[in-house]
Amino acid sequence: MMPNNLFILQSSPHFKDKDSVPKIMYAVIISLMPAVLASLYFFRFKALFLYLACVITALITEALFLLLRKKSLDSLSDGSAIITGLLLAMTLPPSLPVEHAVIGAVMAIAIGKQVFGGLGQNIFNPALVGRAFLQTAFPVAMTTWIPPITQKINTATFATPLGNLKFQDAVAQGTLSPLKDLFFGNIGGCLGETSALALLVGACYLFYKRAIDWRIPVGIICSLMVFTGMFWLINPNKYASPLFHVLAGGLIIGAFFMATDMVTSPVTPLGTTIYALGIGVLVGTIRLFGGFPEGVMYSILLMNTAVPLLNQFTRPRILGERRKK
Amino acid sequence: MKTKTFPRGIHPPEYKDITANKPIEVMPPPEKVFIPLHQHFGKPAQPLVKKGDAVCVGQKIGEGQGLFSASVHSSISGKVLSVEDYFHPLGMPILTVSIENDGEDRPLQEIEKTEEPLSLSPKELCNKVKDAGIVGLGGAAFPTAVKLSPPKDKPVDMIIINGCECEPFLTADYRLMLEFTDDILMGAELARIATGAKRIIVGIEDNKKDAYALFQEKSAGKSIDVQLLKTKYPQGAEKNLIYALLRREVPRGGLPFDVGVIVQNVGTVKAIWDAVHKGKPLYERVITVSGPGIKDPKNLLVRIGTPFQEVIDFCGGIEDGTNILLMGGPMMGLSQWNPEAPVIKGTSGILALKTPVSFKEYECIGCSRCVEHCPMGLVPTRLAKHVKYNHLKGAEEWGILDCVECGSCQYTCPAKIYLVQWIRLGKNIIISNKRKKSA
Repeated sequence: MMPNNLFILQSSPHFKDKDSVPKIMYAVIISLMPAVLASLYFFRFKALFLYLACVITALITEALFLLLRKKSLDSLSDGSAIITGLLLAMTLPPSLPVEHAVIGAVMAIAIGKQVFGGLGQNIFNPALVGRAFLQTAFPVAMTTWIPPITQKINTATFATPLGNLKFQDAVAQGTLSPLKDLFFGNIGGCLGETSALALLVGACYLFYKRAIDWRIPVGIICSLMVFTGMFWLINPNKYASPLFHVLAGGLIIGAFFMATDMVTSPVTPLGTTIYALGIGVLVGTIRLFGGFPEGVMYSILLMNTAVPLLNQFTRPRILGERRKK
Repeated sequence: MKTKTFPRGIHPPEYKDITANKPIEVMPPPEKVFIPLHQHFGKPAQPLVKKGDAVCVGQKIGEGQGLFSASVHSSISGKVLSVEDYFHPLGMPILTVSIENDGEDRPLQEIEKTEEPLSLSPKELCNKVKDAGIVGLGGAAFPTAVKLSPPKDKPVDMIIINGCECEPFLTADYRLMLEFTDDILMGAELARIATGAKRIIVGIEDNKKDAYALFQEKSAGKSIDVQLLKTKYPQGAEKNLIYALLRREVPRGGLPFDVGVIVQNVGTVKAIWDAVHKGKPLYERVITVSGPGIKDPKNLLVRIGTPFQEVIDFCGGIEDGTNILLMGGPMMGLSQWNPEAPVIKGTSGILALKTPVSFKEYECIGCSRCVEHCPMGLVPTRLAKHVKYNHLKGAEEWGILDCVECGSCQYTCPAKIYLVQWIRLGKNIIISNKRKKSA
C-alpha cells in the first residue's frame, strides 16, 4: 500500500482565482499614478515632498503598530499602507508644511486603521481620518491654496473653484472656473483633486481590474447631479451647474477612490447603492448650505458610519425566497 | 443561438481539452473489487452475500433498506472474500463486499430484458430502476427511484436532462452525450413516462456545441427541447439549472418537485435505459481520469469497486509532484488521502492535481466578490464570520442552510478565506442541533 501521507486532504473547492488582496492593493496604487503624475506636473517639488512624507510615514507607523501588536511584518507588503499614504497626500493642499503631512499620516494609520485591528477592521477610510484631523488641527494651513505652476497669477488671493463659489459669489460675478480647466486640472486645489481626467484614466484601470464597484461612483455622481441640478434649474444665477459640482473639488477622487474603499463600504448590492446615493446628497447639502465650500470628506466619513447598519438591513434576496408583497 | 443562464456564478478555467476528444475506453475488470454497501444518499444497503459465496456480474449483493436507499450489485464474477469495513471515498470506513475476480465475467443466468420498454407503466418502470440500484450519477447519488415517483400533490410537468457538466476537467458526460445520444434520449423518455411529465428539456453548455447539434438532430420531431446554456459554473447545480431553463425558483428548503420539475443527469438516464431495456443493473460507470498529475488522461468505463490506484495505473500512473487526489471535479470534489478507496456510483472523475496548497489567508477586506458571485444570492463572507464567532442564529437568518457548497465564493475570494469550510461547519452544527432537538 502507498504511504498515507502522499496526498493532502483539504475541503473543496480546490481551485482558487489568481487575484489576491495585495494584487488588488497594487492595482489601486497603479490606478492613482496618472493623478499623482498630474499633480507633480502642476505643483512640482511641493507635491513630491508631500507624497514622500505621507507614504513613508504611513509605512513606518504601520510597522510600529504591527510590532506593538506582535503581528508579522509581512502585511506591510500588502500595499494598503502605501494607498493610505498616497490618498492622504492627494487630499492635502500643496502648500501644506511637510511636518503637518507627517502628523496626518500617523493619525491616518494609527487612529484610522490600526486601533480597529488593522486591514479589514477599520470603520472609517483611514486617509480621510488623517485629513479630518489635519483640517481640525491646522484649519488655516489646510485652506491656504496656491495656483498650479501653469497659472501666472497673484497667489495672495488665490482660491479653489469651490471656494470662489462659496465665498466670492462666483456664479453671479461670472468668475466661475471654466469646466475645461476643471477637467484637465488647471486649477487650484488639493494635490489629487485637480485633474479629473487623470483620475478617470486611473479609474478605468480599476474597473478593468474589478477592484471597484461601479455602483458607488455612479450612485454618488447621479445623486449629486440630481440634487444640485434641482437648485440650478430653479435659479441658475445663484447656483452652479451639476457638471461643475461633479468636476470641482474632491468629488471625482472621493467617488472613485475613497468611497470605493472596500473595507469601509457595504458588501450588499442594495446597501452599496444607498451608501452611494447618501454620499451624493450629503456632498450637495454641505456644498450648497454648509459652512464649508467642500463636503466630500465629511460625507464619506458620515456614510462610513452607516455601513454596518446598511449591511444589516439589506440582505439580498436568496434564490427561491418569496418576494415580499 | 441564444444561450440561457442564471445570475451570478463564476467562470473558472475549463481544462476540458485534455480529455474531450478521447472516446470512452473500457477498462478491463480488476483482480479484486471492493463494493461499499453505502454509495448513495440515504440508508446503507443490507448485505445479501457472505464470505465464500460465488457471485455473477450484475448479481444483487446488497438490498436497499426502505425508500431512501439503493441496492448494490456485483461488478465482476467470482468469490466473495469478505464483508467488512473498508476504505471509502467519503473518508470513513464503510461496510464493503470485496470480491475476487474469477476472470470469466459470468453474467446472471436470467436477465430481465424488456423488448418494448416504452409500453411499461410508471410503477413498473420505477420498480425496475429501484431494482437496478440506480442513483444520480452527477455526484450527489440521490436514489433515482425516489426522484421518479413524485408525491401525488406535486405533479411534475418537466424533466430536465442535465448535460451541463460545469465542473472543470470532467468530460465523462460529454463523451456519453456524443457516443450514446440515442440511449440518453430513450432513457429520458422512460423518465418522462415514469413521472407523467409533459416535456423534456436537455440543457447543454455552449462549450459542447457538437453535443448540442447532435441532440438537436436526434430529437427532431419529438417532444424534446434542446437548449444551449452559457458556459458558467455552477450551471449544472439543480436549482440554478431549473432557473436558467424555466425561470422557476425552487422555494428555499424545497425540492424541484415543488415547481413541477425533475432533474436527471445524462449518465443517470442512460443507466435507466440500460436497466429497463437491457436488464443491466448499475455496476459500471463512465469516469474522467484527468488533471496535471495523470500521465495518460482518459475517459473510462470502470466497474464499480475498482480501486482508484488501479484506475490511475491504467492511465499511466501518477506524476511526481502530485499533491491532491480528488474524487469529482476541482470545485466540489472530495479530496482523497488513500488511493486504495474504490470507485463508487457517485464517482464522476478521478483528478490528480499539483496545486500550491498553502495560500496566505488575509483578513476579509469586504470586496463583496463572494456576494457578486454566489449563485444562491447569499453573503458568504458574513456567513463565515457568523460561524467563526459561533453566532449560529445569525448564520441561519442569513440563509446558511441555502448554501449548496458550490465553492464560487471561495474561488473568487482575493483574501483566500476558507469560506466554504466555515459554512459547511456551520451547516453541520445547525443540522445536528436540529436533529437533537427533534429527537
